[in-house]
Amino acid sequence: MFGKGIKDGIPIGLGYFSVSFSFGILAVAEGLKWWEAVLISMTNLTSAGQFAGLTVMISSGTFIEMAITQFVINLRYALMSISLSQKVSQRFRGLYRVILGFGITDEIFAVAMNNKKAVTVKYFLGLATIPYFGWALGTMAGAVCGNILPDIVCDALGVALYGMFIAIVLPKVKTDKKIAAVVVVAIIVSVLLYYVPVLSSISSGCAIIIASVTAAGVGAILFPKKNNMDEV
Amino acid sequence: MDAGLFFTYLVVMAGVTYLIRVVPFVMINKKITNPYVSAFLEYIPYTVLTAMTIPAIFYSTDSVITAASGFVIAIILAYFEKSLITVALSASLGVFVAQFILQTI
Repeated sequence: MFGKGIKDGIPIGLGYFSVSFSFGILAVAEGLKWWEAVLISMTNLTSAGQFAGLTVMISSGTFIEMAITQFVINLRYALMSISLSQKVSQRFRGLYRVILGFGITDEIFAVAMNNKKAVTVKYFLGLATIPYFGWALGTMAGAVCGNILPDIVCDALGVALYGMFIAIVLPKVKTDKKIAAVVVVAIIVSVLLYYVPVLSSISSGCAIIIASVTAAGVGAILFPKKNNMDEV
Repeated sequence: MDAGLFFTYLVVMAGVTYLIRVVPFVMINKKITNPYVSAFLEYIPYTVLTAMTIPAIFYSTDSVITAASGFVIAIILAYFEKSLITVALSASLGVFVAQFILQTI
């Protein structure tokens, strides 16, 4: 189980390396020391939250501002935690959750949920391992030698994580009409929030929460689950 | 930045992020049986990933054109259910090639 987790975590780790690489470059460019950037990555393990946190730090924001920013941007993890709590094995509770809960990220969560069987402690630990080190090492590499890599390569890698998201969602959309419907709603709301002038002042973290909760909420009302959790 | 200030920021940032993940995870031990709530929780991963991707993917590179090439390649390969890493790297390669073409013409 641990081995399968490791294997499933490899593509996430590679994707993370490229994203945290740009975080490393940016953090150092904004005046942080390389080890400070690495420490942020090792203790936070979140992309949008870290970029936003960096912004608060360099603009000398208040600690309250820092807390609120992180809360709003990362609130989606609370939804994921609840979702994941429904999918983990019997033994995966208590201290295991206190420790491994740290590893809940968009991608680790998505891959864990995509698993056919219940998520065990060993599988989840394996799944989170490579991404964790990928995230930390990518930050270090970006911070220490980021300026060597040509911009054109960094720029091309910017699309990698989104490509991975598409690879998770689209096959599910093909086979499940309910998922297809909620995905369409999510696209509509997300695009509206981005382009409609009054709404576009909403932060991207907040927009993600509004779009995803609206879409999943509409889906839950239209297609509730009759024999719930039959696949777990 | 002063070291003390940095560490205070770090603790606030990491603390809030950690608690958001772990508090709900530890609190909820029972299986949720409400059909609406369980449907909501089943849909949420896909709606979150979708909302994060669209429209942000189009602004993830220097130009919308190169990003769109990556997007199209990702859609095609994902439709044919290629692995996550194949889709991710092919999309990046697509962006790279598109940048190259744009720069030469």
